[in-house]
Amino acid sequence: MIPELGQGALVVGIVLAGYGAIAAAVGAQTGRPALIESAQRAALAVFALVTACFLLLAYAFLTFDFSVRYVAQQTTLSTPFYYRVTAVWGALEGSILLWAWMLGLYTLIVVLRHRGERDLYPWALSVMLGIIAFFLLVMTLPAPPFERLTPVPADGRGLNPLLEDTGMITHPVALYLGFTGFTVPFAFAMAALVTGRVGDAWITTTRRWTIVAWYFLSLGLLIGGWWSYHVLGWGGYWAWDPVENAAFMPWLTGTALLHSAMIQERRRMLKLWNISLVILTFGLTIFGTFLTRSGVIASVHAFSQGSIGAFFLAFLGLVLLVAFGGLAWRWDLLTAQGELDSILSRESAFLLNNVFLVAAAFTVFFGTVFPLLSEAIRGVKVSVGAPFFNQVNVPLFLSLIFLMGVGPLIAWRRASIDNLTRNFLGPVAIGLVAAAVLHLVGVRSTLAVLTLALALFAAATIALDVLRGTRARLRAGVGLARAVTGLFLRHNRRYGGFVIHLGILLVALGVTGSQAWSVQTEATLTRGQAVEVAGYRFRFEGLSAAQESTHARVVGTFTVSRGGGAPIVMRPSKKFYRQEQAPIAGVDYRMGLTEDLYLVLGDFARDGSAATVKVLVNRLVSWIWIGGLVLTLGALLAIVPDDRLA
Amino acid sequence: MWRWLIPLSVVPVLGLLAYGFRVNPHDIPSPLVGRPAAPFVLRTFDGTDVSLASLRGRVVVLNFWASWCYPACYEEAPALERSWRAYRDREVSVVGVAIQDQPDAARKFIADFSLSFPNAPDPDGKVSVEYGVYGVPETFFIDRAGRIRLKQTGAVSDDLFRGEVETLLGEPA
Amino acid sequence: MRRAGLLALTVAGLVGGRSVEARAPAAPRLAAGPVAAAAATVPANAAPTIDEETVRRVAAQLRCVVCQNLSVLDSPSEMAAQMRAIIRERLAAGEAPEQVVQYFVDKYGEWILLAPREHGFNLLVWAAPVVSVLVGLAVVAVLLRRWTRPRARPATPVDPALRERIRRELDSLP
Repeated sequence: MIPELGQGALVVGIVLAGYGAIAAAVGAQTGRPALIESAQRAALAVFALVTACFLLLAYAFLTFDFSVRYVAQQTTLSTPFYYRVTAVWGALEGSILLWAWMLGLYTLIVVLRHRGERDLYPWALSVMLGIIAFFLLVMTLPAPPFERLTPVPADGRGLNPLLEDTGMITHPVALYLGFTGFTVPFAFAMAALVTGRVGDAWITTTRRWTIVAWYFLSLGLLIGGWWSYHVLGWGGYWAWDPVENAAFMPWLTGTALLHSAMIQERRRMLKLWNISLVILTFGLTIFGTFLTRSGVIASVHAFSQGSIGAFFLAFLGLVLLVAFGGLAWRWDLLTAQGELDSILSRESAFLLNNVFLVAAAFTVFFGTVFPLLSEAIRGVKVSVGAPFFNQVNVPLFLSLIFLMGVGPLIAWRRASIDNLTRNFLGPVAIGLVAAAVLHLVGVRSTLAVLTLALALFAAATIALDVLRGTRARLRAGVGLARAVTGLFLRHNRRYGGFVIHLGILLVALGVTGSQAWSVQTEATLTRGQAVEVAGYRFRFEGLSAAQESTHARVVGTFTVSRGGGAPIVMRPSKKFYRQEQAPIAGVDYRMGLTEDLYLVLGDFARDGSAATVKVLVNRLVSWIWIGGLVLTLGALLAIVPDDRLA
Repeated sequence: MWRWLIPLSVVPVLGLLAYGFRVNPHDIPSPLVGRPAAPFVLRTFDGTDVSLASLRGRVVVLNFWASWCYPACYEEAPALERSWRAYRDREVSVVGVAIQDQPDAARKFIADFSLSFPNAPDPDGKVSVEYGVYGVPETFFIDRAGRIRLKQTGAVSDDLFRGEVETLLGEPA
Repeated sequence: MRRAGLLALTVAGLVGGRSVEARAPAAPRLAAGPVAAAAATVPANAAPTIDEETVRRVAAQLRCVVCQNLSVLDSPSEMAAQMRAIIRERLAAGEAPEQVVQYFVDKYGEWILLAPREHGFNLLVWAAPVVSVLVGLAVVAVLLRRWTRPRARPATPVDPALRERIRRELDSLP
């Protein structure tokens, strides 16, 4: 009964969304507000229906309705409440439902904010409803969440144990909010192309949307890294897996868009480029869901099969062909003669920023599809993995760090020599001094020295700007605290951006430290035996077995001491799940500002007398997460509406 | 005019991705086909030794399996046993290697399917690597001269076994 | 029923572990062997011996065959541990790192390398970053040149103080 209701709601949703898309378009074309309002009501109804679907599916999960195949696949009678909720979006069908629901939510917000507007809004509404209709269609045909299972099993299969983690609440939600968020700028860009109003309206309307989507995407990526580090048991946070890349590419082009949009706002240039970037970014989000769901490229995330890949490929093709076709159609409107005063200017810095970001996105894209290309052309399967991506992306990211230092302080239009020396002499000196100090202290890795020196240079430019601004306010007789906060709030976009930059620099610090200075070793220890790594002594005390509701667990106890300090106890484990053929590693770790201790239990002896353990001492990894927090603060600051502030 | 190149350039990318539907990223062709099979000496679950050298002159079907490999290994085990019984007097040997498995589970698997051909574990994974094994089940058909002639990823059927073995039997040692 | 199953699994796990029967009646793999010996003698605070470093470097180039996209060095799986042991053995027997890598390529094909060998068709993927940056820089250079071309408009004289104030205000814009 409930599942049929849900499926029925989806079908009604498709019809309404399709109707709304057409009505809004016709209404916009023929100038009939009544049709547009009807489309608005359809949008509200669609949101209500998709929400109902979501609640119905959640209800099926909470009541152990194993007659629904999706529920039987994801949970067992012993799955705890918490995971029963997150299991709703734990696999293919539910994830599409989540995506569709977020699209509905964003459409609702667009309706509430822009209703009554006449130029772009109706067309944007039409595009968004059309996209929702597609996702609902996917849920009806290849991936129905409410599909019945006969005969009804007595118990379910159970959630993939790797997903039994708090990351399951936050990672997909944040990531999807980011992905779907880019639909809004895309819709408005399409509206601009259709109406020919390719001026600034569409970009100023969507500025805040772009930041919000970008922020959630950043958050999703960072949480994914956190989850990989703490759950997957290999001691790393990023593997350049194809699906990780699929989320990274729109992030790169989205970052490029954030910056080049600023040029359009101020100089009315780069319209063609900005629309292309929006189309590209949205296209990459669809490409991302295609990769995750089609099984075309082997990946740790791929959780699909069947005809769904064809659906997404067709949709991707349709979107790109229509969007870029529209771009070609409106070409003349978009290319205007730009004017720059000087090559040495912030505009140039932003252009360079775009070059490196888009080059990085292209590199990641080409590397990701290259195995397919190699097979198609040569008939030989090759792998393109972490060693490749790390090597080729490093120079690109270093250039970007350098530009992060240059961009914010170099003048718009024309940077005079005076401007350059005033702003950059100090930070450049600091960077050089840092490099020298690091070298003297004994840092051997040139890459680490270079990265840290550049990061310090960029941080110094930010600090210099804050210092100058604060000093100017202090001179006006304001107290220090008020000066700083006033500065930040008055120019919240600028300083929000700076704080975000700072967050990125901290992430760079964490990445550099962990890549350059982490140590690991693997050892087989008998009871009482110890291994020394990086000044820590890890002694194997013994094994014990425990039983949880969904799995059996073997835990290794290790005493860790350093010098004369108090010992701590760490308990890495191996978890044996009924439905999984290989045991899942349960990592134990201790996080610190400079070092993380990380233990992975390997093989163990029959009688518990010996165990193999992988010991990692990772350096500076915590700064990646700290950088993420700082990034969050910066993004919050940047999107506060200007009119609300002093 | 040139502007239309932009939407057009999308087409080859789509084509490449569509090509992806036709290939299986998990299906890796083996470079060992046509090359001499790597020698091995393994101790079976019964305690006897089996070596490739001692089987020279016979057609050897080398099958890698695991008790957790469901459903493929469970499908092919009866087929392998049937084929083994049909061909054992005709200079054909079947050898099973249990990889990444627990001894008790492997023994149970052998007992459940009443496998009468020699089965051995691969304790340190060396034989698996020597044969480029990356999943289960994988089966190698080795001719009388000791060369690998066919690698089958996935379950072996009676027809496949018969077809390949008959061909190889027809060849001189 | 399921509880009994889990308990049996636990016992089996503890008793059986993932250890394997020794082929010969030698001591089980876990207690003896070069790995344990090396572990017992790893000195405090020092970098690992050259051998371990080389093992890691080779392992980092190879793809773990049972995982998705992880290297043999990073992977926590059983098979990867066995592959690391094979690498260690071969290096200890005197093989050069390239030879060990080639051994795996001979068995598995080019697919087992995590970065494509830099020759022939594969050069395309290695060239992609360089080419895209160069193309991007070229486009920007052309655009900048076109956009900074001197314009023919006569400049109206502007009061220098006003110009300075305008410049300062522009600079302070976000």
